[in-house]
Amino acid sequence: MIVSIASGKGGTGKTSVAVNLALSVGNVQLLDCDVEEPNAHLLLHPDLQKTETVYSLIPLINEELCSHCGECSKFCQYNAIFATSEKILVFPELCHSCGGCALVCPKKAITWKKHRIGALKFGLAEGVELVYGELEIGKPMAVPVIKAVKKQIREGENVILDSPPGTSCPFVETVRGSDFCVLVTEPTPFGLHDLKIAVEVLRRIAVPFGVVVNRAGIGDKNVYEYCREENIRILLEIPYQRRIAELYSRGVPFSLEMPEWEEKFQTLYSEIRKSVSR
Amino acid sequence: MKQLTILSGKGGTGKTSITASFVVLAKNAVVVDCDVDAPDLHMLLHPEVIKTQEFIGSKVAVIDKAKCIECGFCRQTCNFDAITSDLKVDAIACEGCGVCAVACPAGAIALTQRISGNAYISKTKYGFMSHALLYPGESNSGKLVTLVRQNAKILAEKENQDLIIIDGSPGIGCPVIASITGVDAALVVTEPTLSGIHDLERVLKLLDHFNVAPFVCVNMYDVNTDNTNKILSFCRESGIDVVGIIPFSSEVTQAMVNGKTIVEYSPESSVAEEITTMWRKLYLSLKSSDS
Repeated sequence: MIVSIASGKGGTGKTSVAVNLALSVGNVQLLDCDVEEPNAHLLLHPDLQKTETVYSLIPLINEELCSHCGECSKFCQYNAIFATSEKILVFPELCHSCGGCALVCPKKAITWKKHRIGALKFGLAEGVELVYGELEIGKPMAVPVIKAVKKQIREGENVILDSPPGTSCPFVETVRGSDFCVLVTEPTPFGLHDLKIAVEVLRRIAVPFGVVVNRAGIGDKNVYEYCREENIRILLEIPYQRRIAELYSRGVPFSLEMPEWEEKFQTLYSEIRKSVSR
Repeated sequence: MKQLTILSGKGGTGKTSITASFVVLAKNAVVVDCDVDAPDLHMLLHPEVIKTQEFIGSKVAVIDKAKCIECGFCRQTCNFDAITSDLKVDAIACEGCGVCAVACPAGAIALTQRISGNAYISKTKYGFMSHALLYPGESNSGKLVTLVRQNAKILAEKENQDLIIIDGSPGIGCPVIASITGVDAALVVTEPTLSGIHDLERVLKLLDHFNVAPFVCVNMYDVNTDNTNKILSFCRESGIDVVGIIPFSSEVTQAMVNGKTIVEYSPESSVAEEITTMWRKLYLSLKSSDS
């Protein structure tokens, strides 16, 4: 079963829920798909096993074959190739690796070369196998790194995906194909507003979901009202407690220090499993 | 004209609450919300939309079923898994590259423009605002960020405003890069948690990569004073100005629930005072920089 943990608004507690869930359930694969700012390893403190480089493929133009016809540049929807009658330039950061330029080149002058965009890191901690991606600083496209992380999914196992914030492509790329998505929100106007957008996306891509309310007790009651009206299940509430915030700040998953939570996360997981197998 | 972007790396550190307070304090700056997929700034500034503009982000492939010979070649050539097994275009996965259209032997596929969201120009009590909303699940947020920033620049020139305040989005990817290119300075709002520190370091590297002058603010500093001290000494060693150290206060959430910035809701609070001092420092250094 693949369960993704996402939120819309940043800083609502996605990573905290993902890590505490993973530790409580045990024997899971945890993939941190927030490749722009991965944080799961800061709570898990895994033994790092290995690192792999993530590449994207960008066009390599053979100047000897190139006739400077400009077809590649005309074709490219992302303005990643600039061609004049004498010169041809590739802008790697704009390239989406669609392969179209090589397809349209009449001289077969275009092949591929690897372009480094990030890294994959593999670690182990307390029955949790962690894989996380790291987008290289200055590289704009997170999605290919997220895809590289998701390639490590071992089908048939307990897999938990920690999603990046927001509701656009990095989020969509992460949650696509999940059996269930847990939306972590906080009971504030910002939390609710971004939850609504995330719900719309999940409905559009047909991923079943439920809500975890974090920092319960702050803000107002509108998140609860919205969930009731929309028939969205609230799977768990985590109260706002200074102790939890303080543990998080030191990189300690709160279920380790407050063992009553281990069972709550286990129940959350079995509720999700029930709802998926239904 | 000066441009300041507020960033954080990690989400939920208080970017938007601080940005909105700056807008109130600045009076008449043009404000930009560059978080286009989950924008929140409007909930504190209550803009009245005066102009809506459709945003065309990318194209999308459309298959003409009457011409399609079901050879499946489009599905084989697509690098984005955007053609389903029953040969339909998955519009969310499609990046509008056009490879399928070239590959199709029957000429059944064309690229069409798609509207991925709206850009807005609005008026608030405190001046003009440029913002946008991407349709749920759409891509190209970086391009939309560039559009809202262009709109803001045009507005500022027309209205003779010399300051643009930009609320960024979390992360370090394309929308963030689009929100910092060419700005005069960036304020990174962090929190004293291990994640906050980790993400701060990555954002500072990003700012360095794009040659943007950094400032730092530690929000909710009293959640972990050891970590706050680590941030302060790290910044001191790196020669980065820490312009604000803000305590945790539930009043910030109360202000948000009331749809107000903290400097309006509770101007006497220590949070409001600290934000006001921080704004003065930032404003002075923006004004004194000559570029």
